[in-house]
Amino acid sequence: MTTTDTARGLPSALEIGAGRALFELRQFFRERDQVIFTFSLPIVLLVLFGSIFRGRFEGSGVTVAQVYTAALIGAGVLSVSLQNLGVSIAVEREQGVLKRLAGTPMPRSAYFLGKILSVMVMSVAEVTLLLTVAVVLYGLRLPDDVTGWLTFGWVGILGLAAGSLLGIAASSLPRSAKSATAVITLPFIVLQFISGVFIPFTELPGWLVGVASVFPLRWMCQGFRAVFLGEGGAALEVTGSYELDRVALVLGAWVIGGLVLCLLTFRWKSRRDR
Amino acid sequence: MNAAVSVRGLTKRYGDVTALRGVDLEIRPGEVFAILGPNGAGKTTTVEILEGHRDRDAGTVSVLGVDPRRPTRRWRARTGIVQQAADDMAEVTVREVVRHFATYYPRPRDPDEVIEQVGLAGKADARIPALSGGQRRRLDVALGIVGDPELLFLDEPTTGFDPEARRRFWDLIRGLEGTTVLLTTHYLEEAEALADRVAVIVHGRIVAEGDPRTLGGRASARATVAWADGEVETDTPAATVVELARRYGGEVPRLTVTRPSLEDTYLRLIEERSGP
Repeated sequence: MTTTDTARGLPSALEIGAGRALFELRQFFRERDQVIFTFSLPIVLLVLFGSIFRGRFEGSGVTVAQVYTAALIGAGVLSVSLQNLGVSIAVEREQGVLKRLAGTPMPRSAYFLGKILSVMVMSVAEVTLLLTVAVVLYGLRLPDDVTGWLTFGWVGILGLAAGSLLGIAASSLPRSAKSATAVITLPFIVLQFISGVFIPFTELPGWLVGVASVFPLRWMCQGFRAVFLGEGGAALEVTGSYELDRVALVLGAWVIGGLVLCLLTFRWKSRRDR
Repeated sequence: MNAAVSVRGLTKRYGDVTALRGVDLEIRPGEVFAILGPNGAGKTTTVEILEGHRDRDAGTVSVLGVDPRRPTRRWRARTGIVQQAADDMAEVTVREVVRHFATYYPRPRDPDEVIEQVGLAGKADARIPALSGGQRRRLDVALGIVGDPELLFLDEPTTGFDPEARRRFWDLIRGLEGTTVLLTTHYLEEAEALADRVAVIVHGRIVAEGDPRTLGGRASARATVAWADGEVETDTPAATVVELARRYGGEVPRLTVTRPSLEDTYLRLIEERSGP
């Protein structure tokens, strides 16, 4: 009871939000299915891809492992934000968790604060594990200048913010808790295929690249490639450049769009409960 | 004393269906008040409007002096809600979740004491999916009272319970002395066992209200005197019994004197109001 707002006698949103983050993380890591599907999958895929494809892209000195690491960091950040929140909030809404919370003096902002803080912790853990595996098993070279880490930071934060907001908005799509995993995961897998996570961008037809360019994942992966592939890799991009300005623009637009979608669509009650 | 809950002319429509048609209620501080009615009569709609979970079309509502249409955090801290059939199954223990909910309130009760009170002390370290249905509802009550509310809403708390679990749950509710309780139920025995006052709701209208012992003129209704060879309805059962005793020259075989049970009264009320 250190930061209690004594004037009104109510605990602050910050205090409750931090408490909710711990509560959420504890629940998350005890749910084996969720941990495997959203948290471990990108790491498993990195090990698989890294073991299957061991080559370099011609004339660039870029290794396949580097490309997959960059791509799976992008996919990993989206899986703990978009996929995880989309499924878990849909389940919480359907099971009455949200309605129960709405009936307590918990400030509603504390709920979202808890979600975002817990997703941040998960993302840091996810990215740290991915980088560790890539460095130890596949000899990934981490950026050696401040610029590289700065790019890594802003791409990660913008991607995480867009992913979290889109996840919160997407949670309103599934019609029931049972269908939540399918409804959220299927489009996410498709998105990964067309955004160059599993299959290099250069091998996709132009129209598919066009579709992928609407969504944030393509740009997140491109931003992370700028960090981990270096100048030599730029030649492999569709336009021969990492286009960091466009990365920032598209991700920023998704953050704003995601926020608007959340404000328009978020419901504390389930569909059955009108 | 000011009423804990005061409702006048409450009306609610869902599209073409009118769920509530002018409900009036007055609940005094400290009493256990039951809203009794068949499924679909409007019990949950009424309670959810009072809880601030649902909007209304007409009428005035005051809950602890506040209009629940605009719930504030401070008001939420003074009410506790045990909603109908919550089935969330988070992988947390009873103690963890009660402790966590306590942090939402300005003056929470001691979580371990609350767990003890609802009879879950032996399950404090069990995870929620491992609880039985009855234990799950006890946990819901613990979460409803951990903030030390002045008013507790219990929406059909024992639906699906076996008779023994229901009885033990009633003991728990009886132990909440001093808290105003608004209970909805479609079980007559439950209203009779717990409530100081009962309102019967049928088709969105309150059709009777009062002490469950006298509801619907029950106490003053004609008594039925029955014995081995006959049965009469009478306003003076004692005289009838004396007369019978004289006739039999002592004990009257298979003698019973009954007045309408709450169930008889309730069924009569429902039938009277259930037109086409």
